[in-house]
Amino acid sequence: MTTEPGIVSESGAAVPAAKGSRLKQNGRQESWLFAGLCRAAVWFSIAILIVLLVAVTKNSIGWLDWQFLTSFDSARFPQKAGILAGLLGTAWVIGLTILFAVPIGVGAAIYLEEYATDNWLNRLIRLNLANLAGVPSIVYGILGLTVFVRMFGFFGPQGILYRWTGWELNGFFWSEHYQQYLIPLPFGRVVMSGALTLALLILPVVIIASQEALRAIPASLRHASLALGATRWQTIRHQVLPASIPGIMTGVILGISRAIGETAPLVMLGAMTFVYFAPGNLDSLSDVAQHPEGLIKAPFDTFTVMPIQIFNWVRQSKEEFKYVAAAGIVVLLAILLVLNGLAILIRNRYSKHLHW
Amino acid sequence: MANTASSFSGLVKRPALGGESLKEPRVAKIESRSLCFYYGESQALHEISMTIPERSVTALIGPSGCGKSTFLRTLNRMNDIVEGARHSGSVLLEGQDIYAGDVDVVALRKQVGMVFQKSTPFPKSIFDNVAYGPRIGGLRDKEKLREIVESSLKRAALWKEVQDRLHDSALALSGGQQQRLCIARALATGPDVLLMDEPASALDPASTARIEDLIFELKEAYTIVIVTHNMQQAARVSDFTAFFLKGVMVEIGDTEQIFTNPKEKQTQDYITGRFG
Repeated sequence: MTTEPGIVSESGAAVPAAKGSRLKQNGRQESWLFAGLCRAAVWFSIAILIVLLVAVTKNSIGWLDWQFLTSFDSARFPQKAGILAGLLGTAWVIGLTILFAVPIGVGAAIYLEEYATDNWLNRLIRLNLANLAGVPSIVYGILGLTVFVRMFGFFGPQGILYRWTGWELNGFFWSEHYQQYLIPLPFGRVVMSGALTLALLILPVVIIASQEALRAIPASLRHASLALGATRWQTIRHQVLPASIPGIMTGVILGISRAIGETAPLVMLGAMTFVYFAPGNLDSLSDVAQHPEGLIKAPFDTFTVMPIQIFNWVRQSKEEFKYVAAAGIVVLLAILLVLNGLAILIRNRYSKHLHW
Repeated sequence: MANTASSFSGLVKRPALGGESLKEPRVAKIESRSLCFYYGESQALHEISMTIPERSVTALIGPSGCGKSTFLRTLNRMNDIVEGARHSGSVLLEGQDIYAGDVDVVALRKQVGMVFQKSTPFPKSIFDNVAYGPRIGGLRDKEKLREIVESSLKRAALWKEVQDRLHDSALALSGGQQQRLCIARALATGPDVLLMDEPASALDPASTARIEDLIFELKEAYTIVIVTHNMQQAARVSDFTAFFLKGVMVEIGDTEQIFTNPKEKQTQDYITGRFG
């Protein structure tokens, strides 16, 4: 083994032998290689994303217009087809999903991190949260179908309730206007069933992310608050929760992103593919003003969502529906970006006040 | 092992200490009786019996892991939050057992304030930090809150430095200021006992000196128990010193006596730096 004089003189006379400098150089090469691989991985995924985006956007040009956003679907005329039903359906489903998943998820995380003792039951729950996060969404679809859409066949004209007691319960709040129950039992193939199913689907993600956010809050903060005579709840409410909102929002972002693109569970529990109305017949804000009872009916109306509509367009035989689908995809991506952007905005607003 | 109340009983009856401004005799503020403390299976404190006189500074010294911090935390029941912690014996605050079933821990912690080693300002404004205790206690009156914040900051010798920026983030303060803020925050709940767990160990000498001066002033009104690793500090600020070793209180007495003429050999070894 001969030493390379250049290296020795470069690194100075103090370096005792070539061994040291050679080791260093090997390390440098490895690190360069690794950094290069990582960079390649990043560029590869970005390149694919760009190709996809460009292709989709190109196809949607000329089709993505105001008419597309404000019209219902058309089975025969691609030019007249619009995404309004899917747009409003998705808005209702995702809105309700957030409403259910966030409080329950954050509440569960607070219980598990702050209150639960370390016994076998809680360990089992913690362990299985990770498993639940990995359950295929179609399984949640089957669950939703049984629990929310059919409610185990408990209600309805031939339900278990009727057979056992003779009572027939078909729902609550009879509406003369709609000639049906505002809250039917069982729910049936409605927005509410979809939202509850998606909420179950994203709950593990929300809980795990919230748990991690809570765990990241230093114990010293809790102790300081408790030592000032705060109760456990006051400590959580005033110190722990505000400090962990950025982390919790990250989990919510991940959850929403997943829920908004889900198709399988909603197809499973019977979301329509061709819908010519909005949930509660609320097509616009003026509709809300004219018949506000639609707000109560909407969650119990049949529905479609954007991914299902897009899927439906893609498999149409008419060639032009391909472009309609592309326009739909662009809208879906745009909404996803807006929602995530909002969540990131909230996250940053809170994390600005925090620096340990 | 002489964890004796006898070496200390003389102190209680004693009038003022030499060179002290206090005129009245020492009255016991806190008293622990045969206090044992366990974390799960391991016993952290063995039969601690000692008396802490009011309006004085009592220093707890000893090597790491000797139980002095654990003992400090039994005095405001901060150990309650540790899973698997249990105790036997009793701790009396003004003659009342703080571990009795009917004691409100929240009220206890307001009466027995605590300052931690690492200053932990809440990520809020200076004002909101100090007002936190009174607010969670239900005080909403803005004028009263302002008064409490001002008087607490004045007592903690921080008012002059922060009076113009009460609504700035507390995290922008220097380390020493943050620690004095934590003291002000503890004072705001109106305690009469202050527990300090190595309050100056993370601070530079100048800030340490300020905290020590502050402790000296505060003992006029408060009973202070301070845990410290720094024996010079114990000698400088305290009236009484208790030496802990392996969960046992070896000796307690006048600070001067402990540092110049300890009764126990272990104390002497520790003080002269032979171990720990």
